[in-house]
Formats: sequence, C-alpha cells, structure tokens
Amino acid sequence: MEVPKHPETIPLELNINGETVELDISAWTTLLDALREHLQLTGTKKGCDHGQCGACTVLVNGKHINSCFTLAAMQTNKEITTIEGLANGENLHPVQDAFIEHDAFQCGYCTPGQICATVGLLNMKKGNTPEEIRDLMSGNICRCGAYANIYKVVEEMKEKGTEGTTSI
Amino acid sequence: MIAGTNYIGKSTRRVDGIKKVTGQAPYIAEFNPADLVHGYVINSRIAKGKITSIHREKALKVPGVREIFTHENVPLEVKIDSDYTDPLSPPGSPFRPLYDDKILYNGQPIALIVADTFETAAFAAGLVEVEYEEEDHGEVDLKKNLEQATHEDVPDPAEPRGNAEDAFEDSESKIEAEYYQPREYHNPMEPFASVASWNEEEGSFSIYDKIQGVSSSQGYIAGIFNLEKEKVRVISPFIGGAFGSGLRPQYQLFFAAMASKALKLPVKVVMTRTQMFTFGHRPACLQRVKLSADKTGKLTSIQHEAFSETSKFEKFNETIVDWSGLMYECENVKLDYQLVPLDVYTPMDMRAPGGSTGIFALECAMDELAIETGIDPLELRLINYAEKDQNENKPFSSKELKACYQRAAEKFGWQNRKPEPRSNKQGNKLVGYGMATGVWEAMQQKSSAKAILTAGGKLTVSSGTADIGTGTYTIMSQIAAEMLGISLENVEFKLGDSTLPEAPIEGGSWTASSVGSAVKLVCSKLQETIFAMAAQTNTDIFENKLIENAVFSNGEISVGNSTAIPYVEIIKAAGKKSIEVEVNSEPEDDRSNYSCYSHSCVMVEVHVDEDTGMISVPRVVNAIAGGKILNPKTAESQIIGGVAWGIGMALEEEGMMDSRNGRIMNANLAEYHVAVHADVQEIDVIFVEEQDDIVNPLGAKGLGELGIVGVASAISNALYNATGKRVRELPFTLDKVL
Repeated sequence: MEVPKHPETIPLELNINGETVELDISAWTTLLDALREHLQLTGTKKGCDHGQCGACTVLVNGKHINSCFTLAAMQTNKEITTIEGLANGENLHPVQDAFIEHDAFQCGYCTPGQICATVGLLNMKKGNTPEEIRDLMSGNICRCGAYANIYKVVEEMKEKGTEGTTSI
Repeated sequence: MIAGTNYIGKSTRRVDGIKKVTGQAPYIAEFNPADLVHGYVINSRIAKGKITSIHREKALKVPGVREIFTHENVPLEVKIDSDYTDPLSPPGSPFRPLYDDKILYNGQPIALIVADTFETAAFAAGLVEVEYEEEDHGEVDLKKNLEQATHEDVPDPAEPRGNAEDAFEDSESKIEAEYYQPREYHNPMEPFASVASWNEEEGSFSIYDKIQGVSSSQGYIAGIFNLEKEKVRVISPFIGGAFGSGLRPQYQLFFAAMASKALKLPVKVVMTRTQMFTFGHRPACLQRVKLSADKTGKLTSIQHEAFSETSKFEKFNETIVDWSGLMYECENVKLDYQLVPLDVYTPMDMRAPGGSTGIFALECAMDELAIETGIDPLELRLINYAEKDQNENKPFSSKELKACYQRAAEKFGWQNRKPEPRSNKQGNKLVGYGMATGVWEAMQQKSSAKAILTAGGKLTVSSGTADIGTGTYTIMSQIAAEMLGISLENVEFKLGDSTLPEAPIEGGSWTASSVGSAVKLVCSKLQETIFAMAAQTNTDIFENKLIENAVFSNGEISVGNSTAIPYVEIIKAAGKKSIEVEVNSEPEDDRSNYSCYSHSCVMVEVHVDEDTGMISVPRVVNAIAGGKILNPKTAESQIIGGVAWGIGMALEEEGMMDSRNGRIMNANLAEYHVAVHADVQEIDVIFVEEQDDIVNPLGAKGLGELGIVGVASAISNALYNATGKRVRELPFTLDKVL
C-alpha cells in the first residue's frame, strides 16, 4: 500500500503589524491558520474557512481580504495588519472606539473582521452612499444582527472623514 | 437601602468592549494548553443503516497522526442512556457518539482523527474510507410524513375552552389557512469548539467548552466518564454567539474529552462550518389555523394545530400553539401539537423557540381575518385585546401592549397605510405596510451568586452564567455598582466557570431576570454585612439605626445626615482583607398568581420590485414592553438583532434537504442564507414604560427572544399589502411573489 505523503514545511517571512515574523509551516497553510494556530494572533477569527462569512478579514497593504482565502506563503513582502495591530498602545483606533460606543457587536466574534472591513473601506475611500456601505459590508456576516449599529459606525466615520490606516 | 450611583437603566458601554474590539477576548478554540493535539471529526454520509468497515490504515501512516477513534476502539465502558443526558434532554434516548455501528442520521459523527496539527488531522481525515450498509435512505421531509404524527411523549397544549368547531361553523367571517416554516440552523459565527485536558493523577478534566451553561457540560462529561462533578471543571468565558445551539452539549465536547483521556494529552476539537449543520436545528413546522369573528371583528373562535419534526430517538418539543390561547380574548379555543419523528438529528431550541414559529402563523392569520372582515389590522388587535391570560385564567403581572401599538403606529405612520393591495407605488416598486404582535414569556429560574468586597474597594461578583453576546457581563456589573454605590470600574463580574455559584443555562431570555435577581440579592446581603460591621466599628453613627435608612453611595455608608464612612475603612477596622457573601435566589411565591409576559408591536414597510420580484425591508419599527430596561444600549442591540433574525427568517433562511440521501444540501454560509448588511436597513426600537413589581425584584423581563417574534408575520402581511399575494410558506423568496 502506498504511504500517503505528509506535506513538507517551508520557511516563510511575513510582515505582521509592523514586525517581521518567521514561520516554518506546510505550504498549504492559509494565512488565517498561520495567524491563529502558528502565531497565536487569535484576534482574527475563523467562521467558515471558505470565504463566506468575513470573520477572518485582515488588511493586506491596506486592503481588506479574507485571510482564509489565501495562503500565508502568498503574502510575503506585504504589510499585513490584523485587529491586534490597529490600536496604538492603549489608544483605540477611532473605528474600534466607535464600535463600542454604538454597541456595534454583541458576541464579538465577527467584530475584528467587521472592524478591518470598515478600515478597508476608509482606506479605499469607498462606502459613499448608504447602499454602497451596506453592499460593501455584506461580505461580513454578523449573526447577532448588529448590522444597524455597524452601519452607524461606518456612516459616522465617513461623515467625520476618519482616516483608516493608509491610503490606497 | 438607597444606593447612589444610578447605573441601572443608563446606557452603558459594554465592560468587555475593549477586549472584543481589540481581539483580546478569548473564545474557546483559542485556548492552547501545552502539548495540545488536534482532533478532526468524520461524519456519516448516509442517513440510515450501519457502518460495515472503517479503513484507518492509510491515515494512521501519516506522520503526526496519533490515533483514530471509531466505535470499534472507543475506550468507554459506561454506555447507558442516562449517562448521556443533560438538563435539557427531551424525552427519549440521547445520541451517544461512537456507541455502535448504527447510523441514525446523515452527518452523524462516526470517527475522530487526532494529530499534532490541525492541518495534519484534516488531511488524514480525507484518507479514511468508510463502508456502509445503507437501509432505505430515511425519512427527512416533514410534509411527506405527516401520517407518522404522534402525541406520544408530547406535552399537551393549553386546555381547550368553549366549542371552537361549532363557533367557527356559526360565524359570519372566517379564515382557514396553512403555514409552513422550513428547518433553520443557528449558525453562530463561532464554530462549536472544546479543548479538554485530562489529568491522570487527579482523575479530573479541565475543559474549555462552547456552551450556554457550564454546569450542563460539567454534568454531561461527569455522567459519561463516571466522575464526580467536582472532577470536571468547565470554563467558557466568551461565547461567539449561540442562539440556543449551546443549550445542550454538542458532540465535539464528547470527542475532545474522550480523546484527551485516552491519549493523556490536551485535545482540541473544532467543528467546521459544514459540521455546524450536523446537530440541532429549528424544526420544520406545518401549522393550520382557523379563526372566526363576528360583525364587529370580535374573535368567536381560534383553532391552531402544529406538526413539528423531531428525531427518531428524542421527542423535542417547544411551545408553538399555546400563544394562540393567550394573545387575544376569545371564549372558544382549541389547540393541538403533534410531533413527526424523522431520520434527522434532534431539533433544538433556536432564538424564540416555538414563539417565533407559532406567532408567525397566528399573526398572519389575524391579518387574513382583518382583510376578511374589512377591519384595519391594528384595530382588529385592539378589539380583541386580552386583559388576562385565558389559558391560565390569571391576570398579567403587567402588560403595556396597548402603549406598544400606539407608539409603534405613531413612529411608523400606520395611518398612511393604504388598505387596498397594490395601491401604493414608488417607481417600479410596490410598497406594503404590515404589522404583527409579539410575545414572549418572562421567566425566572433559581440562581446563585457570590460577592467579595476587598479592603482595597474592589467588588467581585460571580455566578456560573454565560454571556452569549447578550451583555451579561455589563448588566450584572451595573446592578452590582448600583447596589453598592461604587463606580463601574471597581466592579468585576465573573461568569462561565463551573467552580462559580451555579446559575441556570443562559436561555429563554431569563438571565437578566434570574441571575440579575441573584446579583441584586447578594449585593443587598453585602449591604447588610457592611451595615452590621459599621455598627460595630462606628457605633456613634450606626448604633440603633435602621438599615432601611442607610445610604450606600460613593463607596461609603451613611445614615441620615451622618458622616459617610468608606467601606474600606470599615473592612480594615474589622481587621479583614475582604468580606464575602453568597446567596441562592428563587422566584417569589406571589409570581405564580400571575402570568408574566413581555409584548411587542412590529410594523414593517416592504418594497417589491415589480419587474424582478426582489423584496426589501427598508423600515422596521419594533415597540417593546419588556419591563425595566437595565441598559438601553445593550437592550436595543438585543432587539435590532432579533429583527435582523426576523428578516432572515422571512426572506432567506431554509435548510434544504435532499430526500434521496437524507442530507442537507446547503450546509454552508454561501448557500444557507442569513441576513447580511444589505438586507437590514432602518430599525427603530421603542421601549415603552412598563412597571412590574411582580415579575422579579428588578422588574426586567428579558429581551433576547422578543425581538424576532412577529417580524416574519409583519413582513408577510406587508407583502400582501404590497402585492395582493398571500405567501404562507417561509422563506418568502422572489419566486413566491412573482
């Protein structure tokens, strides 16, 4: 009987939240699993592992992507920002603070993804009408149903001209 | 005993907010004890039959694979039914993972692969080959199996009154209709997960588990592994949503614990999203409603029967039809509820279990009766307003539903509704207005709590309850801060640990009421302790004084115009580091003389694109009578969440079964649709004043369920108003309105 081949590991360097980290992982490891299982950056959540829920949203070069939908090995030489990298020490990013103020979450599990998606919209200068906000945020499911309050956050950030993390 | 901070009733930011927005709140799969290994569950691909062989050889040769557990090698001796029960087990025989070769439903967990990494376990799972001997593919369709309906082991609904059949025959206005709701899946965003560590020396488990009540998992594991409860510690600090799916322990808990004990290593088992469709769900339900009224719109009869699915091994039941006996005043009522056992897993409570189902049918039927009688739907409800609960023949502890109707109508602009269908248009969109009443029982359970006040002025209150996103951490901290008159920053509330005082499972919207009452009680006992100590240490001020006149404010106690003495000084003067009180709280006896319910009025506007049939819900008003609102910020979140659920239930949610193999076809979030941002627009939540001194010492009724109740019916009724088409089968997809 043929013995199944165990996937080999490869060395990787990733830039996460301004720091370079080294990994030795199977080439098939998603960015999401690399963050959660190998780097203990568990603020990024796994909701479906299939790009259907948005809980794993992170920022790559300022743009929000589903980290379950890409391999860690494909994200070298890029700037990856996770929920852990948004606050400046004790000072929350304005989007994070607005999420608390508007109670834009309940269980909190989709929240890091919702926040990264909001920051991504601000970076891309998108979400300029109510329809556009609702459409562009629709990749991030909130089963608790905090949508009406998340909408208020995005609307307020747009009105105030809040900066995301970078301009793209 | 007047307190001086005024936290109760004030909009307050969540005390766990910073943890949640920075990614620091730990959910179950994020606990990683040393030497952790990973389990991956394999599920059955047939619905009925038996396993003839499981080929493990290939997978076992993958480097890093530790073991593959099946029914053939599971190291368990105790295997009787009662060992597998939990507090919410319905009548029947609970599912026992790896018990034998029998397959009871498609998706049944049949093996666990344990490996050094998650990736290796998932990879090796694909190398395990399972052979089955399949029996008839199984019965999974409720409508095709109605002849199997049974009353056996099903609780009787409320007693019939009057003669509903005769009254129906004799009435001038009557309607008769059948409503259908498909099975729905909870799908909390956090997948079910357990991390179990067996301690061989102590013969004990330490377990992190996604569960709505740690005592439930504790009892379950203690039963299966024949251990004293104290030998099983279950911790569950943050729950990424549950909505009822965590009311009973799920199979990943069994697998993690079993493998950990066998391998003497900590084991983590996390469900995939697809596996989130392999356990409990809201049961499919077929309902028939007959209503009749006289010329004035007064109801002359209500008949409501429901057929709901269950598994072949447990009789899951919920309260579906009883609401029809208490919502409106009517002398002739007949209710019936039957179960149809199918080859599926046992259904479970899901947000507003039974209520959202039964009220969907009743409130659509009321709208049909309004059309039949030519009476405005809101007016019809007012004509039939129930001043007492006729099911129980008891007065309501409080009922401000009339205020809900009035406030919702004002805010929504109900008077602008055009009764004639298809008469309101905006461009190519048909506009419809619809309304419904909502109701939920305001329950209270026994609960315990402990409070510790330190000489440093920190108050820690604890109870083994849960926070599934409802805001338990925050409202309990508010109650404690209010009672002791100290700032919120100096209060910590602990939950989700089986070593804490026992609390009921978080469900049924009873946590604010039950645990909140225990927290209030334990804090008032702490007040008494402080007062008694003050009488010793500061006799000049407190001797011969009554605690009723004491003021607990700003971390100090005073009486009359006396000097205020800080608690910390009293504790220090007594030579103590802290003082501690623990209580058990129970519903008061007087409560049983009343019926306790929360109520709501939902009004919605729907738009239907005449060309495509696309339905949208631009506006929802939900006016709530839920007793005392402890924190308007988190309370409103409960209601907007419920409304989002109602929109999903109305327009999207449907577990689709393939009757050829008894398997769900859309077991993922791309094909099982839930409401997303684009589906939810304007939601106005109104809390009407409702004073209730009977329901519990806080006067709060609980809000987790009420927000969803009535929403789907209001949308159905608005769809009729928009299109003239009555849709009685959920979800209302565009093919049904075209």
